[in-house]
Amino acid sequence: MAAASSNKDIPKMNFEDALAELERIVQKLESGDVALEDSILIYERGEALKAHCEKKLKAAETKVEKIVVGSDGASAAGIEPSEVS
Amino acid sequence: MADLFDPQRNSANPTSENSDNNAGGSNSPELSVSELSNRLKRTVEDAYSFVRVRGEMGRVTLAKSGHLYVDLKDDKAVLNTIMWKGQVSKLPFKPEEGLEVIAEGRLSTYPGRSNYQMIAESMRPAGVGALMQLLEERKKKLAAEGLFNPEHKKDLPFIPETIGVVTSPTGAVIRDILHRVKERFPTHVVIWPALVQGEYAAEQVAGGVRGFNAISPNSRKYKRPDLIIVARGGGSVEDLWPFNDEAIVRAVFESEIPVISAVGHETDTTLIDFVSDRRAPTPTGAAEIALPVRAELIATNDALGARNLRALQRGLEGNRVELKAVAARLPRADSLVQNARQRLDFAGEKLGFALKDVAARLRSRFQKAAGGLQPIALQRELLRRQTAVETLGSRAKFALRRDVSDRSQRLHGVYGRFLARDPRNTLGRRQILIENAFNRATVAVERVIRKKHDNLESINRLLSSVSHENVLARGFVLVQRMNGELVRHASDVTSAERLRLQFIDDEVRVTSDTKAPAEVPRIVGRDAEPQQPVKLGGITSAPPKKVIKPPPSDGGQGDLF
Repeated sequence: MAAASSNKDIPKMNFEDALAELERIVQKLESGDVALEDSILIYERGEALKAHCEKKLKAAETKVEKIVVGSDGASAAGIEPSEVS
Repeated sequence: MADLFDPQRNSANPTSENSDNNAGGSNSPELSVSELSNRLKRTVEDAYSFVRVRGEMGRVTLAKSGHLYVDLKDDKAVLNTIMWKGQVSKLPFKPEEGLEVIAEGRLSTYPGRSNYQMIAESMRPAGVGALMQLLEERKKKLAAEGLFNPEHKKDLPFIPETIGVVTSPTGAVIRDILHRVKERFPTHVVIWPALVQGEYAAEQVAGGVRGFNAISPNSRKYKRPDLIIVARGGGSVEDLWPFNDEAIVRAVFESEIPVISAVGHETDTTLIDFVSDRRAPTPTGAAEIALPVRAELIATNDALGARNLRALQRGLEGNRVELKAVAARLPRADSLVQNARQRLDFAGEKLGFALKDVAARLRSRFQKAAGGLQPIALQRELLRRQTAVETLGSRAKFALRRDVSDRSQRLHGVYGRFLARDPRNTLGRRQILIENAFNRATVAVERVIRKKHDNLESINRLLSSVSHENVLARGFVLVQRMNGELVRHASDVTSAERLRLQFIDDEVRVTSDTKAPAEVPRIVGRDAEPQQPVKLGGITSAPPKKVIKPPPSDGGQGDLF
């Protein structure tokens, strides 16, 4: 429970930070100098981070849009799906 | 220019005006100004229908109509040049003052001003060197402003959520980019269509960069990109020239969103590459820089997840092993207790005896103590102490006294010796000797005197033993006459004679009645005691015989002696 509540910040993290923290966690766990209870908390956080990263990675899809330039030529008047492929 | 007025050139021109020339040649006919100007115009245009001129751009004016007016010049001459709107849009570079160009076109005149001018069809920089020189100067200027400084470079997002691409919406470049994006990491891409070549390219590209920045991060309509790629395919220096434009450089500099520039090929460098946050060698390269490879990330993530689990398991396993090892060393619980239990048993066993023991011991002690606790013991003790005190007291007193006397003796001794040493005492001693002698003499004399005195005493005692007083003391009375004559015999007494009876202590005066027995003896007392004789008479009425009875005169007396 405590672990779950302490991982609330993860969904807001960007991928890079999440991955970096996951790396740190793994290194810390692997170094072995973590107290047993902490190790479980840390592991759970690592899992949460991994899931978060996974989600970010899997959610990715290509979506291409094209700005319709306004009459002044420098402002966006709208967007339209691009046919480019 | 002299050619313009060369008759031979004119004649070589097979036009219909030949008849006019012939007519004028002979009669010098009058020509209106317009006529002449038009002839001239025609002549010039015919003669210079195609020219290629190299010169430095002087004053450059882009009219609102879209026509471009430029003065081409060298160090001695100036040539007014016009480029019509249609051609201007095709210019591969932005005409600017100082740039040496090669212009192609024809010559014409402007009769209204008595001018001749060049109508340029095309214009290009006069070789790379000229452009490069211009570029260098501009680069120096912008660099001096700090636009290229590394501290302005922004970090690119690790995974951009939305990539904005400013480029031509048609053509290979955007296709390459999208292809690479899909391949590496499918991402939302927003394209800002822009001309990437020609007179308006710079303006549109700069507008695209600004336009992306102008999108609010909160906008629901548009997704504001978190990375911009400005891309263009390869081309000539002139083709890429818009990307040297100051407007683009400033737009990129001012962009809050990180910008990757990908213009031309790797060997082509434009000013946008200096100001952008990252320079990609190609548009494809821009996509590679912009995005990590998703598959790799997934692999990394999975690997990390697996390591995470393994690390935890290994850690737990390690803990378990450690626990086992420690647990194995843990002594058995009952063995911990056994010892204590044994001790408890022993102690418990002994406890009963010990209690009795203690009670007995205490009782005996109590009895001993109680036995001794009697008044006599107290008194004895008191006495003992009193005695001790007294002994000590007397010893102390004695010791003190002895001490005092010792000291006083010593003092006396010392004093005596001291006195003895005193010369004055010599005299004293002698005096003492004298006194001693005197004393002894006195004593001796006194002894003699006392001896004599004693003798005298004994004589006295002897004397007194023979005195009548001793006889009186034994109860005899001495009878005397008033004149003191001793009366020894009763016969000597006359009647009514006054006699004195001497007792040992006093005398009594009486009157004898020997010769007148009828007569009541009258005792005549002394004057002071007239009654006494009466009494005495009464009392002595019988004893007078006795009284009178004379003591054994001689014999008695003789005995006394």
